[in-house]
Amino acid sequence: MTTYFNEMYQDGAVRAPYARLNGWTNAMPAELRQMKQAEAEALFRRIGITFAVYGEGGDPDRLIPFDMFPRVFTAAEWSRLERGIKQRARALNAFLVDVYARGEIVRAGRIPARLVYQNEAYEKAVVGFRPPKGVYSHIVGIDLVRTGPDDFFVLEDNCRTPSGVSYMLENREIMMRMFPDLFRENRIQPVDSYPEILRRTLASVAPLKCDREPTVVILTPGHFNSAYYEHSFLADLMGVELVEGQDLFVEGGFVWMRTTEGPKKVDVIYRRIDDAFLDPLCFRPDSMLGVPGLMDVYRSGGVTICSAPGAGVADDKAVYTYVPDMVRFYLGEEPILQNVPTWLCGRADDLKYVLENLAELVVKEVHGSGGYGMLVGPRSTADQVEAFRHRIEADPENYIAQPTLALSTVPAFVDQGIAPRHVDLRPYCLVGERIELVPGGLTRVALKEGSLVVNSSQGGGVKDTWVLAE
Amino acid sequence: MILTVDHVTTYRYSAPVRAMVQSHRLTPAQFDGQKVLSWEVAVTEGTPGGAFRDGAGDLIQGWTVVGPIAEITVTVRGRVDTFDTAGVLRGHRATVNPCCYLRDTMRTRMDAALADLAAPVLDEVGPDDPLTRAHRLSAAVSDAILWQPGATQVQTTAAEALTRGAGVCQDHAHALIALARHAGLPARYVAGYMFTGDQPGEAAHAWTEIHIRGLGWVGFDPANRCCPDARYVRLGSGLDAQDAAPIRGIARGGADESMDVAVAVRAAQQ
Repeated sequence: MTTYFNEMYQDGAVRAPYARLNGWTNAMPAELRQMKQAEAEALFRRIGITFAVYGEGGDPDRLIPFDMFPRVFTAAEWSRLERGIKQRARALNAFLVDVYARGEIVRAGRIPARLVYQNEAYEKAVVGFRPPKGVYSHIVGIDLVRTGPDDFFVLEDNCRTPSGVSYMLENREIMMRMFPDLFRENRIQPVDSYPEILRRTLASVAPLKCDREPTVVILTPGHFNSAYYEHSFLADLMGVELVEGQDLFVEGGFVWMRTTEGPKKVDVIYRRIDDAFLDPLCFRPDSMLGVPGLMDVYRSGGVTICSAPGAGVADDKAVYTYVPDMVRFYLGEEPILQNVPTWLCGRADDLKYVLENLAELVVKEVHGSGGYGMLVGPRSTADQVEAFRHRIEADPENYIAQPTLALSTVPAFVDQGIAPRHVDLRPYCLVGERIELVPGGLTRVALKEGSLVVNSSQGGGVKDTWVLAE
Repeated sequence: MILTVDHVTTYRYSAPVRAMVQSHRLTPAQFDGQKVLSWEVAVTEGTPGGAFRDGAGDLIQGWTVVGPIAEITVTVRGRVDTFDTAGVLRGHRATVNPCCYLRDTMRTRMDAALADLAAPVLDEVGPDDPLTRAHRLSAAVSDAILWQPGATQVQTTAAEALTRGAGVCQDHAHALIALARHAGLPARYVAGYMFTGDQPGEAAHAWTEIHIRGLGWVGFDPANRCCPDARYVRLGSGLDAQDAAPIRGIARGGADESMDVAVAVRAAQQ
């Protein structure tokens, strides 16, 4: 029987960061809790924050469940996480700069050439181009899980356009509105500076050619995208324009935005669309979402695209296994945050081990995301395990496997009262002229009893995440 | 050999379009096999955008035309001094790792028939002799696909051209790329011009480059059963014809487009 680290209760006692929450829940009668839960739901519904689930059909405006019980870190816990996250973000960007230049890490034999140069996310089109300040991934979302008081593991890196930060901000907003007393009793570090730091980060990577206050825009694929709410939310909070491809055009080596006062030059594009759709003259010719000619302007230094096209080669699940090596290779430091041990099914020895121990492992597709196309061995039937075995055997390169981690739990409000539920954490590290991290992130919680899958597409919810002041 | 190139592309629209954007890979690079004496690209009413040399060593230049306009002409004129290097691309600056050219695309995807075409060559010539393998694969493509203008279209894949048994230089190049990558050799599509003299052939031409350890990139032209020599002017490369296209463009305004291309390559009188 696996034991799980409970972040609130340890050895029958309440851990220090949760001390004040103990009294809070004890003093809350069930009726009040139900009332508050209904209020939270109404608030989320009113502000329109909903999440459409890919490929599941049903209600596209379904609310992502919000659990009112906060998750709490001490300042000391956070300070170590912060150093580890920033270290990782620096290493990932150093890797990206390197593999689009001389590829020293490949030449040194530290990572196979095939994994980098034959990777679908590697963009030949940007080889030799160095983005402003040498930053490829400006918003690095690092998914972390915890298995003990001091044991954190990186589950995956998200170097392209990690989503979910709007939940971090809204969860806090709603908690403060509903439970102002909590915020008086606990000294909680604020997260509301995120949009301003994001804006500053984006402005700091404006092209050299920009000689005035940079104009930043967010490029969205449109309102049918599942994260559209977040795009408009961030544009609003940053005070920048939210645009679609058709609102932008290219002329004379620059990108322009159509406005009621005539064309306005755009310096930095925070894009929330994939590389393949950015520019039909460079990538997919049938794309209607992008801006024709954008990549020529980008590569001649007329505009900055965030994240930089090609950044995805650093966050693929096979490349992930090499991130600790990147930390050592580029920074000459020992990684502060550990990887989850990972078997690459493309390697014969690893594949053998995986197939022999399938029922114990978590298996994921190399390019998959959102909790789809994965097997959680211990939670699957023998038939499901066998079916997955055939998929792996048919295309081993496409799969990685990891041990089933004993994910920590945090109390959550459930029908029966309060019960432990498994959680993970996604902080959002901002990389521009400086590297910054607001004290907090998105805690996702598997609300189904016993479930280890926290993805919102698989019945996961979210929590407010507190970092206490010293 | 001094070659002059005249390359005129005319776009006509059924109704005036609001704007057009193009990305050009239309300027030859300097290397041991070619020295550019003069080169000029002009676009009717066009505004040039930023220019840069990409990681493959090709000069890329963006252009925009603001309408309304019903006809746009792209004119390329130049003189190049060319030298026979037996197909070997020497002195060409590029930073893209050759492994990138092992990735396939829709147009260069293998099928069973292409694999059958490669099999005897790969059986007879071992992987320790990649140059001979490349020559033999190129010959196999020449034998299997007859040169027949009009037999295929721009979208035709390597597999389709082989099934048809006929095609143009684009199809030969795609088929050879597919076979070379299948044999583990990085391969890419090269667009350029060719001086054909009195012979039939394509002045706007395409061939294949295969990366051979020790030699670097080497050109193979299965359409003409040879390696590129002083008759060839090299413009640029890519994973396939679309990726290497000398002109990629898009017009805004929703009118029907027709395109005329006239290419003349002449040997200058010494």
